[in-house]
Amino acid sequence: MELICIASTEYKKKKFKELVDAYSPKSNIVSNCTRAFFVGGSICVIGEIIKKLIINMGVTTDNAPLVTSMILILTSVVLTSLGYYDVLGKFGGAGSSIPITGFANSVCAPAIEFKKEGYILGVGTKIFIICGPVILYGTTASVVIGAIYYIIKKIGE
Amino acid sequence: MLKKINKASICFENNISILETASIVGNKEGEGPLAKYFDVIEEDPYFGQDSWEKAESRMVKNTIGLLLKKSSIKKDEIDFIIAGDLLNQSTASTFGVKDYSIPFLGIYSACSNIGEAMILGSVLLDGYFATNVIANASSHFCSAEKQFRSPLELGGQRPQTSTWTITGDGCMLLSKNNKPPFIKRATIGKIIDLGVSDPFNMGAAMAPAAADTIFTHLSDFNLTPDYYDLIITGDLGYVGKKLVIELLKQKGIDVSNNFSDCGIKIFDKEKQDTHSGGSGCGCSAVTFAGFLYDELKNKNINKLLFVPTGALLSSISVLQKESIPGIAHAICIENKI
Repeated sequence: MELICIASTEYKKKKFKELVDAYSPKSNIVSNCTRAFFVGGSICVIGEIIKKLIINMGVTTDNAPLVTSMILILTSVVLTSLGYYDVLGKFGGAGSSIPITGFANSVCAPAIEFKKEGYILGVGTKIFIICGPVILYGTTASVVIGAIYYIIKKIGE
Repeated sequence: MLKKINKASICFENNISILETASIVGNKEGEGPLAKYFDVIEEDPYFGQDSWEKAESRMVKNTIGLLLKKSSIKKDEIDFIIAGDLLNQSTASTFGVKDYSIPFLGIYSACSNIGEAMILGSVLLDGYFATNVIANASSHFCSAEKQFRSPLELGGQRPQTSTWTITGDGCMLLSKNNKPPFIKRATIGKIIDLGVSDPFNMGAAMAPAAADTIFTHLSDFNLTPDYYDLIITGDLGYVGKKLVIELLKQKGIDVSNNFSDCGIKIFDKEKQDTHSGGSGCGCSAVTFAGFLYDELKNKNINKLLFVPTGALLSSISVLQKESIPGIAHAICIENKI
């Protein structure tokens, strides 16, 4: 009896899931991808322009990418603080969250949100709630790749 | 004599009148189609405070104050306040109510809070435990986003099935009185979970509970859907509404002619970019306190089945991959004694 009951609940859930899938409107993938492509691309083009400009102003080619990243991060933080980056994020989706500006936005937004709980237990503990996984697994991955690179290089010698 | 009917319904013997209502909403709700029905549209999302949580508490305090001002009943004549919200430990309600020194019952059934408050208030009145009870429910877009989703300034896209949490507080004064409208009957919903686990599709998670409660209510009282001028759910949005109509159709009940949802009524989907509709405790509370109460008073609606709905998830339960249980309570409000 109990088995029949469980089976009928599972069947009910399966049937309902089909119904939900049929009735839930989907996001428009084509328009979302197009917008992400242009927004993300534009941010990179702006980065390139900044790089060329600062090289012209006398920054060395080695330092230029670093300075460009700093300018982009600062711009993103200012835009986030003024309440514009989320508007761009709504339009551009992944196009605005993948570049370095999106990363800056994901650090800045929690910092603003949790400031009310104080600088130590608010901002201090919550600032990485969005980008924490990227930092953790990003640095771990780079250590692993670094080790593999080192070993391959040793073997090559 | 037991006043319970079948498994989940109750019937009130006294005239439980909804004597007065008050509603305060935020800016976005004030730009929606129901704007003219709300008492106050607050332009400042902070309500003069310095955090979203304090803002919501202030909104609760202001709405109760407004209700007392609108009705002729003095603060000392209120026996109990029953209130709920979405924040952890219901702090919006407790901090909002604390200065009134009125005995307080804090409740939680997510966005169906106002339904639970109305039922419990009516039970207290019908059982001669009180003469005046305030029922209140609130939600604030910014505090809800902070607790359940992501920081406000984080750039991202919302799925088409997602709903927009209302900034608003709906409050009502229940009293034993001969002034219509009256709370006549109620059906207490049970928790139903059909396995929906997407927190951006809460309409779908709550639809089975809403359909079950409506079905139970109609069969407990031996009614057909056309008995009511309007059957209105709390915050199912467009997706949930379609699902309820379909689920009830499968049980042989057609509600498509007189069925709507507060989350659909409160926003203009096209102009306000709210996707599936409005949600939150405030959604059903302000739609009732503003629009529906007005319609009842003006006799445009005489028999209303009000079914606030709630999604019983937490930010932790979602991360632990639990599905989202839903609940809905049905309250029958009529103009005739």
